[in-house]
Amino acid sequence: MARMKFLCDSKRCIECNGCVTACKNENDVEWGIQRRRVVTINDGEPGETSISVACMHCSDAPCMAVCPTDCFYQTDDGIVLHNKDLCIGCGYCLYACPFGAPQFPSDAAFGERGKMDKCTFCAGGPEEDNSPEEKAKYGANRIAEGKLPMCAEMCSTKALLAGDANEVSDIFRERVIYRGHNDGAWSMSEEELAYDATQQKV
Amino acid sequence: MLRFKLPPLFLLLAALLFSNLAMATPSDAKVAGFAGADYWNVVKQGDQGSTQAQGQEAGQLINVAGEEWRLWRNQWVTPAGAYAIGGTLAILAIFYLIVGQKKLDAPRSGELIERWKRLDRANHWTVAILFIILAVSGLSLLYGKFFLRDVLGDSLWANYIMLCKLAHNYLGPLFVLGLLFMIVRWMKHNIFNGTDIVWFLKGGGIVGKAHPSAGYMNGGEKIWFWLLTIVGLVVCASGLVMDFQNFGQDRETMQIANLLHGVGSLILIVGSFGHIYIGTLGTEGALEGMKTGYVDETWAKQHHDLWYEEVKNGNDKSSS
Ligand code: SF4
Ligand code: SF4
Repeated sequence: MARMKFLCDSKRCIECNGCVTACKNENDVEWGIQRRRVVTINDGEPGETSISVACMHCSDAPCMAVCPTDCFYQTDDGIVLHNKDLCIGCGYCLYACPFGAPQFPSDAAFGERGKMDKCTFCAGGPEEDNSPEEKAKYGANRIAEGKLPMCAEMCSTKALLAGDANEVSDIFRERVIYRGHNDGAWSMSEEELAYDATQQKV
Repeated sequence: MLRFKLPPLFLLLAALLFSNLAMATPSDAKVAGFAGADYWNVVKQGDQGSTQAQGQEAGQLINVAGEEWRLWRNQWVTPAGAYAIGGTLAILAIFYLIVGQKKLDAPRSGELIERWKRLDRANHWTVAILFIILAVSGLSLLYGKFFLRDVLGDSLWANYIMLCKLAHNYLGPLFVLGLLFMIVRWMKHNIFNGTDIVWFLKGGGIVGKAHPSAGYMNGGEKIWFWLLTIVGLVVCASGLVMDFQNFGQDRETMQIANLLHGVGSLILIVGSFGHIYIGTLGTEGALEGMKTGYVDETWAKQHHDLWYEEVKNGNDKSSS
């Protein structure tokens, strides 16, 4: 069974925010909510790195574990979805999530946050696939149409990859090999960096 | 089961990691390099980057504290609370079956003494009713998902748990006011003194025929008062922190507030079982005082002899 994952190649992301825009548009996300965001570390300094982040669809999802209404469910593809009819807006999922993915439309006193909203991997919600109800509450359901999430599809540098974890890591591994270094892309030091732009792909 | 051992280990690891890298920031030339492992370790500590997103803490890529909070809440507070509640109920039931109700040892005299003014009773019952609503809704938020969802079905469950949240968030602040009023009004009755020591040494006379002396309040009642004062204020404060998230508390503040709130509330709920048992089933004649304001002289003599003397001598210092 496929296990859907995102991966953002930090060596490619140029902080164009195209994924953010694609997501907002495709899912008609409410005002004040951004399901995906691009964070730049060391902006304007040596080692500047940008990463696009949204819900990472954790295998052992912390949000799911703490939700008092038990409104989360995981699809067979490992996509973490939630049922807005059950959500009470308590905010616990946000407190538990490592990536700050759950967002709320409101922020009023007495814990009035409204229903939680987060990235659905473009897989909608519990309503019937691509029904108007599903569209209104959760946005697009591209997965039901056999398509991948819009953010990754629109990524200008193909930094953001989405899909079956095995395929995503294959693509990434291939990139790492062609960039050329000893130690896996995530633990590179300057000395190990040996990128050869003239290298041709066979 | 293995999970139970994780939090301390996790803390230790986190502490080790943190001590190693405490001084590092992603912009240190050595760390920044070309965004290698050290770099991501620093980012994992919660360093903020820049972003176009406007939400709170949007610049923070990774927040590992949430996972720690999850473990503490799910692996410690949740089971410990269930054991504490189940255990207390079982002990009270066994105690009742074996020892039974503490009866009046003389017939009622028919003479009544005023014990609680109308304002005291209004205060007590307001706080008591709010406490019960908050306890039931709070316990539903902590334990409901384990069985209530299956029992009620999704649509009832959704309405019920939403009601719990609303009741909790809107009645909570009223409970804070009621409790504060009660603390201020009753504190003078609840200062510990020598009589209480003897009372405790004799186990409060719960079992057997012993009748330790007590003034207006006995040692047990004073313990309940101070538990409500100290733990109650922690619960109130942490509750307000969570209820008014509009002031922008960050996630870590909420995690700590949530744990304090849960632990404190479970302690109070367990304590309230004892209080309710002693005040109703456990002691003949105790509930009357809080219901009508008056108690029988026989009851007063038996349970609060020093206060009874004071009333009889006409210098009742307790009632204000
Ligand atoms: S919301 Fe957060 S915790 Fe839940 S699956 Fe997504 S990334 Fe993981
Ligand atoms: S805000 Fe909604 S989804 Fe998140 S934990 Fe609370 S009830 Fe569950």
